[in-house]
Amino acid sequence: MPQNADNVLDHFELFRGPEYQRMLAEKKQLFENPVDPAEVDRVREWAKTEEYKEKNFERSALVINPAKACQPLGAVFVAVGFERTLPFVHGSQGCVAYYRSHFSRHFKEPTSCVSSSMTEDAAVFGGLNNMVDGLANAYSMYKPKMIAVSTTCMAEVIGDDLNAFIKTAKEKESLPAEFDVPFAHTPAFVGSHITGYDNAMKGVLEHFWDGKAGTTEKLVRVPNNKINFLGGFDGYTVGNLREIKRIFGLMGVDYTILGDASDVWDTPTDGTFRMYDGGTTLEDAANAVHARATISMQQYCTEKTLPWIAGHGQEVVAFNHPIGVAGTDEFVMEVARLADVEIPDELAKERGRLVDAIADSSAHIHGKKFAVYGDPDLAYGLAAFLLELGAEPTHVLATNGSKAWAEKMQALFDSSPFGANCTAYPGKDLWHMRSLLFTEPVDFLIGNTYGKYLERDTGTPLIRIGFPIFDRHHKHRYPVWGYQGGLNVLVTILDRIFEHIDATTNVPSKTDYSYDIIR
Amino acid sequence: MSVSNVTDIAEVKARNQALIEEVLEVYPVKTAKKRAKHLSVHEEGNSDCGVKSNIKSVPGVMTIRGCAYAGSKGVVWGPIKDMIHISHGPVGCGQYSWAARRNYYIGTTGIDTFVTMQFTSDFQEKDIVFGGDKKLAQVIDEIQTLFPLNKGISVQSECPIGLIGDDIEAVSKAKSKEYDGKTIVPVRCEGFRGVSQSLGHHIANDAIRDWVFDKMGDKPAPFEPTPYDVAIIGDYNIGGDAWSSRILLEEMGLRVVAQWSGDGTIAELEATPRAKLNVLHCYRSMNYISRHMEEKYGIPWVEYNFFGPSKIAESLRRIASFFDDKIKEGAEAVIAKYQPLMDAVIARYKPRLEGKKVMLYVGGLRPRHVIGAYEDLGMEVVGTGYEFGHNDDYQRTAQHYVKDGTLIYDDVTGYEFEKFVEKIQPDLVGSGIKEKYVFQKMGVPFRQMHSWDYSGPYHGYDGFAIFARDMDMAINAPVWKLAPPPWKKPEDDAYLLAAE
Repeated sequence: MPQNADNVLDHFELFRGPEYQRMLAEKKQLFENPVDPAEVDRVREWAKTEEYKEKNFERSALVINPAKACQPLGAVFVAVGFERTLPFVHGSQGCVAYYRSHFSRHFKEPTSCVSSSMTEDAAVFGGLNNMVDGLANAYSMYKPKMIAVSTTCMAEVIGDDLNAFIKTAKEKESLPAEFDVPFAHTPAFVGSHITGYDNAMKGVLEHFWDGKAGTTEKLVRVPNNKINFLGGFDGYTVGNLREIKRIFGLMGVDYTILGDASDVWDTPTDGTFRMYDGGTTLEDAANAVHARATISMQQYCTEKTLPWIAGHGQEVVAFNHPIGVAGTDEFVMEVARLADVEIPDELAKERGRLVDAIADSSAHIHGKKFAVYGDPDLAYGLAAFLLELGAEPTHVLATNGSKAWAEKMQALFDSSPFGANCTAYPGKDLWHMRSLLFTEPVDFLIGNTYGKYLERDTGTPLIRIGFPIFDRHHKHRYPVWGYQGGLNVLVTILDRIFEHIDATTNVPSKTDYSYDIIR
Repeated sequence: MSVSNVTDIAEVKARNQALIEEVLEVYPVKTAKKRAKHLSVHEEGNSDCGVKSNIKSVPGVMTIRGCAYAGSKGVVWGPIKDMIHISHGPVGCGQYSWAARRNYYIGTTGIDTFVTMQFTSDFQEKDIVFGGDKKLAQVIDEIQTLFPLNKGISVQSECPIGLIGDDIEAVSKAKSKEYDGKTIVPVRCEGFRGVSQSLGHHIANDAIRDWVFDKMGDKPAPFEPTPYDVAIIGDYNIGGDAWSSRILLEEMGLRVVAQWSGDGTIAELEATPRAKLNVLHCYRSMNYISRHMEEKYGIPWVEYNFFGPSKIAESLRRIASFFDDKIKEGAEAVIAKYQPLMDAVIARYKPRLEGKKVMLYVGGLRPRHVIGAYEDLGMEVVGTGYEFGHNDDYQRTAQHYVKDGTLIYDDVTGYEFEKFVEKIQPDLVGSGIKEKYVFQKMGVPFRQMHSWDYSGPYHGYDGFAIFARDMDMAINAPVWKLAPPPWKKPEDDAYLLAAE
């Protein structure tokens, strides 16, 4: 009996003992009708080949291990970034349970969100009653200042009309007529979570700027000097937005962050649960129409929102999740230009420190090959940083990346000698990536938690950057934007490289000569 | 007045009743009326817990429930390791449930085993407009090309499938024929069906009946049967639960021919009608197929509970009662073998946990099944409720588990749960990931009782040691003393709830 009260063994060790190993071997042999081990080996080796890769890349219907989620997840992300705003997803309730779990597993924080709990009768008759009752309940129970409505695919397939439903709910006094209920249709069968971010953000701004669904006058823009900032769907939103605020503070920029979840996803443990915390005030969301310009940190998260804002007379600028020196330079200079401020010496100093750190360490990164996957903007930003470090982002993959994204990636590759052998893969998934890692191996892989399966199967060391990160804690608290963020990314990459070097040079009297104390 | 340390049973009942009244005040009248039926104070001697259950959730209240797809793909089918389970529809459902449930298994993932992979037909707008049957057929073809060692395929329907009129049964049949009778199982577990995960379990059970059992006909068992063959039904091997259960059944002389469905295989599903007894852990999710096997194949089934030594011993004896003296003696030998370990675990942890109050809110069997394990450690469960229980769950709970005056909350809302915990101030809350951080912010120790908070196993004697360690580590973690800033006086605000 391996178990012991003084040294309790859990799943990490318990099953490795002889009792369990024997039991599991017998289970397999007697009852599982297992495949002949030689056949398993044959197929495992075949799945590493060029031939398998070709078949893998031929598939057009099956998607395996995609690096994307569905629209309403992005809509919930947007909603929790506004002051006392309750996300309300119209449709099946299981979806909401999934979004809440997904965010909580990443941020290690509560995520409040309600559903209209539509079932079979709503599938037949439509979900109007669910909307009417749901808004009334949510309003009285959770005392929100705003309820931001989006949809699951069920409501979209049956064609529920959010605008009409919300109007009816107000007529039926579910909530006061003047209560803010922005909405966005967010069908899961179109785009991905970044599309949902785009639709929901546009929905909120449209509500405030364009007359609250025909119930008030449209706002008349009186330009001021403020700058609006859109972060896009971002797993690092807590650390990133705090860093952006610090940078804007240093620069003296008068700004509005549209959608700021950095407080609600980082509340203290002090005896009180804060269902709402921080967020963009509704007043600021409305007044954002008057801003001089709007910056989007992630072009592909704001493909509709940004042109729509431009249509209101603002200058708009989009970045692709800038990471590193040149990306941050461009960002900071654009901010300075748009806000008409000087870039303070303090930022120049921070920049110098990042350059200093790169100079100190780049020998360990230079010439290394990387595979990168993630949302299209993040993948772009990371690839750009790798090029800056003298590394080669050999495979860059975005399941929710478009052809236009791939072209933009190619232009980036073409801009650097280190991009010569690099390829962008739009619309591909992590099973495609698996083939690539076998047929055209790289030194390191950058991606989210699910990359650990690729690390296990292909032996490519994983550097965890992306969303979701479920199996490492608190990474979202550290920015990846700004010069400071660039330093964090650099250190994250370096740590993994050094760990890998140590782990592959630690066999006594075999590889120990490279097991250096100074690197 | 302080509401946290009432000991007199009449006082407890009055407090709990008052709490129910209080939370109902927040609702609009119509909703209050509905929710009132799901909240109750247990009266000893009653045959159930006095709540309505398995009823539609009220819109907008923040139910903790999931959907039928979660019940089928996430619970019943997903762990069958040598089959490929297609999340059929848009990308999200499969993505959020991807490898999230810790159904442990052994196998070469991606080659002969597929549990921690996400296979989806990734519906696009054109699939909604023109239907997805052709795409499904192609998905199956592509699976056959790339994963030649898969032993079967299940089609887990997401919401749109049932709404756009796809005929996944026809596609499955045609493809099964094309691939030499391959097991291809269409499952109508669209998320909008039913009121929770529960109908998904039922639909998934029925799919096994119709598309696995009925299909195999009189195929002989792939092994020589023995009089001691049993199947473990309703153990999803979370953190290895089914393994730490199986080892006990085998030690007492039984032979486990199948695990449903944690670390399970299609061969084990097919072999189960040859078992002499089905031993059922999660009654809620797999009673349907157990009843079916009883009716059709004459296999009796027995519920058991492998949480904590008291219930384990009781269960081993109950299971043994279906067999001859050899097994009965085997059960006694197993109980005796582990007694010293159990004594040592209790000696170590009971002094640290005695008298601690626990509130639970979980799914399946756990809102009742874990109560005995807490009691073995001297702890008391003062509130419990089911995400998707039915009346038969509440009957079992009332008749065998909860104490007089226990607060019962069915399909609890976020608001209710928060208020109940705030006022009752248990020493520990056991619930899910969506609840975890809410209560930890409040300074209340918490353990996830779906995923075992990434620990486990909790089943069996080996599991109880881990359970005890984990509860101690949650409750007695030094962090909880750090929550209030030392310069804040207790009366400042809600920092110390106990001071109310």
